[in-house]
Amino acid sequence: MFVARSIAADHKDLIHDVSYDFHGRRMATCSSDQSVKVWDKSENGEWHCTASWKTHSGSVWRVTWAHPEFGQVLASCSFDRTAAVWEEIVGESNDKQRGQSHWIKRTTLVDSRTSVTDVKFAPKHMGLMLTTCSADGVVRIYEAPDVMNLSQWSLQHEISCKLSCSCISWNPSSSRAHPPMIAVGSDDSNVTYGGKVQIYEYNENTRKYAKAETLMTVTDAVHDIAFAPNLGRSFHVLAIATKDVRIFKLVPMRKESTSTGPTKFEVQIVAQFDNHNSQVWRVSWNITSTLLASSGDDGCVRLWKANYMDNWKCTGILKGDGSPLTGSSGQPTAMSTVVGSSVQTSQSVLNGTSAGRIGKRTPFAPPLRQLTSSKIYQHPAYY
Amino acid sequence: LDELDRQTLCLCLTHTHTPFLTCFNSYLPVCVSGATGSGSSLIHVVRKDEDIYSPILRKLFNESHHIFVGLQTIREDLPSKNKKPQFVSISKSYRSVIRACMEELQQVAVSTQDAELATQYGNQVSILLAIELIWNLCEVLFIDAVPAGSLLLHLLDWVRLHKADVDEKAREVLQSESPVEHHGYWDVVVSYVLQGRLEEARQMLAKQAAQQYADKNMYKLMDNLLSKMPVYNPGSIHTLTEFDVKWRHWHEEVDRCLQDKSFASNVHLELICKILVGDEDTLLEHKELLSTWYHFLVTRLLFAHPTIKPTELHYYAQSCMAMFLDSRSAPETLDSILLAAFDFDIHQVIKDCSIALNNWWFVAHLTDLLDHCKLLQSHNLHFGSNLREFLLLEYASGLFNHHSLWQLAVDYFDHCPEFGRVYLELHIERVPLDTERKALKVLRICEQRQMPEQVRSICKIMAKRALRNNRLGSALSWSIRAKDAAFATLISERFLQDYCTRGTFSDLDLIDNLGPAMLLSDRLTFLVKYHEFHKLYGEKCFTEAAKLLLSLITAKIAPRSFWMTLLTDALPLLEQKEVSQTHPHLSLGLYDLTVICVFWSFQEEDIELTKVELLRLALARNLAKAIVKEGTVDA
Repeated sequence: MFVARSIAADHKDLIHDVSYDFHGRRMATCSSDQSVKVWDKSENGEWHCTASWKTHSGSVWRVTWAHPEFGQVLASCSFDRTAAVWEEIVGESNDKQRGQSHWIKRTTLVDSRTSVTDVKFAPKHMGLMLTTCSADGVVRIYEAPDVMNLSQWSLQHEISCKLSCSCISWNPSSSRAHPPMIAVGSDDSNVTYGGKVQIYEYNENTRKYAKAETLMTVTDAVHDIAFAPNLGRSFHVLAIATKDVRIFKLVPMRKESTSTGPTKFEVQIVAQFDNHNSQVWRVSWNITSTLLASSGDDGCVRLWKANYMDNWKCTGILKGDGSPLTGSSGQPTAMSTVVGSSVQTSQSVLNGTSAGRIGKRTPFAPPLRQLTSSKIYQHPAYY
Repeated sequence: LDELDRQTLCLCLTHTHTPFLTCFNSYLPVCVSGATGSGSSLIHVVRKDEDIYSPILRKLFNESHHIFVGLQTIREDLPSKNKKPQFVSISKSYRSVIRACMEELQQVAVSTQDAELATQYGNQVSILLAIELIWNLCEVLFIDAVPAGSLLLHLLDWVRLHKADVDEKAREVLQSESPVEHHGYWDVVVSYVLQGRLEEARQMLAKQAAQQYADKNMYKLMDNLLSKMPVYNPGSIHTLTEFDVKWRHWHEEVDRCLQDKSFASNVHLELICKILVGDEDTLLEHKELLSTWYHFLVTRLLFAHPTIKPTELHYYAQSCMAMFLDSRSAPETLDSILLAAFDFDIHQVIKDCSIALNNWWFVAHLTDLLDHCKLLQSHNLHFGSNLREFLLLEYASGLFNHHSLWQLAVDYFDHCPEFGRVYLELHIERVPLDTERKALKVLRICEQRQMPEQVRSICKIMAKRALRNNRLGSALSWSIRAKDAAFATLISERFLQDYCTRGTFSDLDLIDNLGPAMLLSDRLTFLVKYHEFHKLYGEKCFTEAAKLLLSLITAKIAPRSFWMTLLTDALPLLEQKEVSQTHPHLSLGLYDLTVICVFWSFQEEDIELTKVELLRLALARNLAKAIVKEGTVDA
């Protein structure tokens, strides 16, 4: 049975992102109210807000944690065209008693000329590296050469994607067989450049990032993108939140020893789910890449799982308040998965209460939502 | 903006772990955030209801873990006919663990005041009942794989074990004032017969016979029939065919009694006779006593076809289920699973159980056992081992969510050859390092399995955390364990800075006992040696102290920022009689180097002039003494 605990977030405006830290004991939220809040989970499972501060002069789109090896570090990005790095300072003893901690700004990254739409730390084996992407289509990769000094960051790479970027994801694989790889998603309405997902790969020889692949079949706006944990496999798995949920498999093709260009990939679509029947805003993997969660404009969260035959199907539906969706089925609609099998709807007599399991889905129209949402950036006339 | 539906859903799946199965449901901490139009935003954190993590279920996980590990270590080289009894015994162990858990839960369900909790426990009990039922059947059919003859006996045991209410009813009847007049008397007798417990039926009937003078002969006849029913004895010298012949004779005799209407005047005895002859319609009239179609199946086989072969089971199972169940009601999941078992379709059983129960504990352990019995390989070797590993990985992943059960999961991962290691690596680095003790536990697991990257990472995280909280000693020992030279250098510098400001060292024990670990970084080595210098000085071993100081400066491991301090330390040494008089060379050596150092120091901007003056004075005096000494002592 699922239990949903509600926390009054106290943000004065829309919350745009929520991020767990590495161990799942801390959480950060960011909002259009320009602030970031940090929440800590106590021993009894209660969440307390231990910090809340103004971070930007515009809506904060994303917030993300660095690996705890680098300390307690957060990065945020905003409509105000900047990204910032924050570090937690161990406070005075009376602060500790009140359960409050302080975060100070270590640096502001001001290179972007437009809204910064995503910020992500690179995998830790690459050092302390931060990546941003902007509405003007530029992906920037920064590095802090001295991990003890978070005030010094140098811009190492600028990648021009030619399309307005909405999200980025690093391939977490630390295998030596895989050069650093980043996927960039775009929500650009431009139809000339068809593919809205680009994959860039680092080249040891040129010491630059070069485009390795464009997913031409993704032509609609992409809102979120996530590489799955690698598990020592030779291929990569990428989940995309667009008008539906898509899972791609990227199989590196054998390189000629003389080839100096980026890896060529065979792109396979593993699954495609349109159950949300609306725009999908977020996708997120669990740590073993066995479970994918997606959230959409239908107000639901769906959980996707593959069986041992690698067939993906929906394994649970939660409503926006975290409670399971009862009385609805998880049956995929007409456009079912490429290799997926139909969802079991049996209410087992063995299971007693069936909360959190698959039920029958009642079809309903997606909520009226204009295409221009706060998430799609139109260049405003003023700043 | 107002037209916008303000429901923005941001999802962040906890990187923690995959669904954990407590009472066989998924545990999934998911943070879902929504902003409502009214302006007050809410965050919803979803997780599995942890109240179900009852200590009783935890015992199930712990004990089954023990059995699992034992099973993995059975030697592969034994011939399979020696292994079968072992596997059966292991299967029985699992089942007894399930039963024990079930009984405890039942007790708690009955005794609790909380109605909701009682329902929860009740649900868990019924799930466990079903699991044990399925497991038991799988043991009989797949693991023990009993041949015809014994098969029916095992199935009878199976049915009897899962129909405990007969004994309860019997007790009630026997404890009443007049058992034969109890309204449940005949139900008990019939139930005994239906379960093939003919001895007990006879004993019950004897009570009736004692009081029925009129039908005395009928009761005698029935008793005779009941006593003569042949029961297959697997150990006997008679073959199955011989048993079959005997049984047919008996069956004909019973049939004759029916035809002769020997029991016609006693409706109860007539009924029993019809049952003994295996009359389906009679059996079906007693659905409430049978209560399940599989009881009906076994009873029917007992009295119509006791030499049933395993391969014939599915046909009878199908027809019995069809006859027993209402044509209106569809078979439930449990029925399909049992049917698949009677069909010897192991994969279907596993698949249906996985889906229906969403219970990784059960399918993982059962599949693992079946795999050891080499029963999954008949389809496809690769396929079979994949399935076992898949289920074990799912189960163990779920265990990692629990604050103490995660340690059990490690053993499961250890026995998954393909992905076990990488799963363990991914899970273990996410275990929250709440306390040093927990961190050390995690480290031990990583070190035992040669996971250097995870060891390094965990130590680094702990070191960083300690440093943030100004626990330098802890930070140092963690960074040494992480073999992180850069961090060790940083912390050593902090120690030295502390010394400069406070004049004392902290964490002396640690620094003194580092041993060869001090060589991790130059700065660390300097720190240790410098402290040693102070100790020697404090113990008035001035010569040794001087020698050490000299080597510190010579070896160039002293940081530039520290030279002033060192020279200041050198000052009193230069004054010491012991040094200047007995070891003039030492003194001269010190002199040489201090001159060089002072010279260098002039290049630094923040030198204290008074100190330099003192030094120059001391050096001059010392030099004078030394020269005099050198001159007077004969080399």
